[in-house]
Amino acid sequence: MVRLARRAAHGFLLLLGVSILSFVMVELAPGDYFAEMRLDPRVSEATVQALRVRYGLDRPLPERYLRWVASLARGELGYSFAYGQPVGPLLWPRVRNTLLLTVTATALAWLLALPLGAWWATLRRGPADAGLTGLTAVLLALPDLVIALGLLLLAVRTGWFPAGGMVSLGHEQMPWSERVRDVATHLVLPVTALVLSILPVLVRYVRAGVADALGAPFVRAARAHGIPERRVLLWHALPAAANPLISLFGLSLAGLLSTSLLVEVVMSWPGLGPLLLEAILARDFYLVLGPVLASTLLLLSGNVLADALLMVADPRIRDEAT
Amino acid sequence: MSRRAALPTALAALVAMHLAALGAGFLAPYDPTEQNRSVPYAPPTRLRFVDAEGRFHLRPFVYRLVRSGAGGAYEEDRRQGHPVVFLARDGAGAPGGRVHLFGVDEPARIFLLGTDAFGRDQLSRLLHGAQISLFAGLLATVLSLGVGWLLGTLAGYYGGWLDSVLMRSAELFLALPWLYLLFAMRAVLPLHLSPGQAFLLLVLVIGLVDWARPARLVRGVVLSARERSYVLAARGFGASDLYLIRRHIAPQTFGLLLTQAALLAPQYILAEVTLSYLGLGVSEPVPSWGNMLASLQHYHVLASYWWMWVPGLALVAVFLAYYALSEALHLRAGPTSS
Repeated sequence: MVRLARRAAHGFLLLLGVSILSFVMVELAPGDYFAEMRLDPRVSEATVQALRVRYGLDRPLPERYLRWVASLARGELGYSFAYGQPVGPLLWPRVRNTLLLTVTATALAWLLALPLGAWWATLRRGPADAGLTGLTAVLLALPDLVIALGLLLLAVRTGWFPAGGMVSLGHEQMPWSERVRDVATHLVLPVTALVLSILPVLVRYVRAGVADALGAPFVRAARAHGIPERRVLLWHALPAAANPLISLFGLSLAGLLSTSLLVEVVMSWPGLGPLLLEAILARDFYLVLGPVLASTLLLLSGNVLADALLMVADPRIRDEAT
Repeated sequence: MSRRAALPTALAALVAMHLAALGAGFLAPYDPTEQNRSVPYAPPTRLRFVDAEGRFHLRPFVYRLVRSGAGGAYEEDRRQGHPVVFLARDGAGAPGGRVHLFGVDEPARIFLLGTDAFGRDQLSRLLHGAQISLFAGLLATVLSLGVGWLLGTLAGYYGGWLDSVLMRSAELFLALPWLYLLFAMRAVLPLHLSPGQAFLLLVLVIGLVDWARPARLVRGVVLSARERSYVLAARGFGASDLYLIRRHIAPQTFGLLLTQAALLAPQYILAEVTLSYLGLGVSEPVPSWGNMLASLQHYHVLASYWWMWVPGLALVAVFLAYYALSEALHLRAGPTSS
């Protein structure tokens, strides 16, 4: 527990650091939402000045940061000028959607990667082995953008899946079960894109880990006891390989969130990505900070989760911590 | 392909692609911004060898494309063939015109990869776009590895407070998913930039955002290199820090830098393409593979005109080459460099 608490505290400090860093960076940026407004000849300099004073943009930097932190504590995260409302309420549904997408994709990718990688580890050199090597190589070499666009093409051509978005028209009027189905069909394409982009890496790591474990003496002992090969693989070798795989889970989150940003934007999934893009295009700086911090929070909590999993899986780490 | 041949093959493919990008002015038949409004989304022009009377020509020729009816479908005007001219000069041979590898005489046009919405030649845009996309990735890699190497070496070699400060800030940078970080950095810069400025700023942003990963790896190598006995011996003989780093420590990091470069370059190319695709990078009319792919945001273009996918296919080819290169480097370097 101490270890976990320490990790969580470390994560919190990092989040604080990132918030200061990104706040200062964004504040030092030339121009702001009102500067863009000034391009409109109907808006006078005095109006812009008045607006700046009203939103506190004329105060010194530390004061603005503290005000922003205070609004963070209220769950507002500053004020979006483009939407004319606090950032918080805009952000939460986006965080939920991004979580829905990434958690589904991660779960699915691991569910596929574990058996596939374990099976691959048992293969000798041959067509299946070569096929998997080639397939993962091709998938690794496919840029995420091309994967996402290719899936969109599939959707547009065949009409099997909705091309983009998260809900259909009239979603609000549907009964509860229909709504779930609606979101699920919209999930298929973005989740597939994410799974295709992370699966090859996962499968390769699972294979390497399990192959290592299969060479260990305890596996030979288990085989000598006459334990069936499949049981040896799933109950003896796979848990022994768990440790680096859980670390990989934590490490792969950053890439997953980045890919998710791209996939969300390309497939207009209403997550953090499109909100961030919209905020950048509108030069709505507090709205830029929202998704950036939310993604940091997701990444850091994922890392703490991976740590907790590691403690569950590995008694050595658990004992060292207490 | 044998393992031995993998490295030279991948390298040769990459060099060829970059040379083709550099030679775009000569290899491409047209200026990448030249519009032909009468032929939007024209399909790739077919090279022909056998004419309407069934005679064979050694020199390939093309038919002129004309629009048939209001539907926007194209058909070939078979009445007259236009031979392909090699080493063609712009502007009907006027002095000062550029020489192109191939072309056809007006009024016919040769679009080997079709045209886009403005009737611009896709092949010319692809080649000129490669100048932006490939070199943005390459320069950003050099920058990122350069900064990462410098900071990683300083942190690893001197240790102490410098190490703490540098590694703590590296953690800050790594706490953000890197595409989010990249977007945040991009948000800070002005939205509307000239293509030249945009290119430079993209290289700077992409290169500087990602210094932390190489820096950490380099630091690890330097930490172990610093304690090698021959380094300690050289230090005992009174070698200066600069000499030690240059002579004994830096060479140990080069293998790592090479494998990292092969991994990072395609990521950075994709970063430029992504930003330009979203309208945050190099903007029209200057081509980049990203803003060329942006036309696929319209579903009818996505589904109807396959030649608009060509930059995506080129991207896959580049990725494959870099991937093969990194695998080959990995094999050659052995397990110590990863």
